Amino acid sequence: MANLRDIRRRIKSVKNTAQITRAMQLVAAAKMKKAQDQALAGRDYAQQLNGVLQDISEQFAEATHPLLEKREGNRELVLVISTDKGLCGPLNTNLARKLRDQTSPEADYVTIGRKLRITLEKLSRHIVADFTIKDPVPFADARAVAKLVSKLFLEGKYDKVSIAYTKFVNTLSQQPEVVQLLPVETPTGYADATDTNEFLFEPSTEDVLGAILPLYVNFKVFQALVDARASEHSARMVAMKAATDNAKKFIKELTLEYNKLRQSAITAELLEITTAMKAME
Amino acid sequence: MALQLDIVTPEKKIFSDTVENVYLPGADGELGILPEHAGLVTALKAGELHYQYQGSRVTLAIGSGFAEVSQKKVVVLTDSALGEAEIDEAAAEAAIKRAEEQLASMGHDADAEDIAHLQSIIAQAAAALHFKRRTRH
Repeated sequence: MANLRDIRRRIKSVKNTAQITRAMQLVAAAKMKKAQDQALAGRDYAQQLNGVLQDISEQFAEATHPLLEKREGNRELVLVISTDKGLCGPLNTNLARKLRDQTSPEADYVTIGRKLRITLEKLSRHIVADFTIKDPVPFADARAVAKLVSKLFLEGKYDKVSIAYTKFVNTLSQQPEVVQLLPVETPTGYADATDTNEFLFEPSTEDVLGAILPLYVNFKVFQALVDARASEHSARMVAMKAATDNAKKFIKELTLEYNKLRQSAITAELLEITTAMKAME
Repeated sequence: MALQLDIVTPEKKIFSDTVENVYLPGADGELGILPEHAGLVTALKAGELHYQYQGSRVTLAIGSGFAEVSQKKVVVLTDSALGEAEIDEAAAEAAIKRAEEQLASMGHDADAEDIAHLQSIIAQAAAALHFKRRTRH
């Protein structure tokens, strides 16, 4: 049977752990609110941008832009957005699994976030570049990433660029996703698309596509980054809350055991005293 | 006859309702849009956007971006859109100064995209300032 001092020591250490996880939960909750707002704010813009691209996609055939060019080869570059820190539940594991299922093993990588960079290094995959993104995500950082992958694509080093990230659904649910970034695929199935199918372009088709497509690429990278950030903080908040709850439950159980032991020790002591008194009579 | 106008920026949805007409700062000059306009996609430069909403004329200072016009709908996608009250003169002046300093410090090997980005910041802030000063006097 464990003795009283051991139990007391365990209670103390579990209490310390609970305090730390609780602090981390509060920090994550505060960051989560900001990150979620940022992720949701961009959704309207993303949707309208998709709508516009879908509407004008029929005219793409006439004016091809280098960012739209579909190529035969299958050299793939994957932009992997994971987290810098751990303790965020199964977020990175799920993303790694998705990555293994949906991308070719010969692909090269651009990584954001330490966790999957380490995983990919262990598998001795080729990492082209690594970025560190501030929190909250500044648009300029997304531009730098988009610029690099666009450049590699336009130089013909890769035939396809995808993004692997965790899509933010809500606080309790995040979905790992692999989407194609380049060549730009025209969005389909956007319900709100207008039925007009003849569009004039001003100043010219090339100018408009030249303005919209890089913007689309920048924005898609940005949206993936803020989604990944929102997912990270949400997952960490939930994981830390679960840890705090577990620790509290554990403390309760240990306290109960401690009290039982204490009581039985007192009973034993009383018994000894009474027995001694009886013997002296 | 109504025209649906949506103005969105990456940060938030600025406006979404039916209006009577819209004037856009197109890359080649101002464009007036009335309902049943022909389909049009145009690049926008930093400037002023007007629309007639519930009988009154509203003006916003917008950044560069583009607009999609169809018969019943105008979608404006821009970096920023500010009403007169939201424009902070000091902040706009500071932004211009900062961007100009950065432009000046860049060498000849600077990336064209970075230069274009800084120039668009300057144009945007200048348009906002112009609008703010004109409405005050």
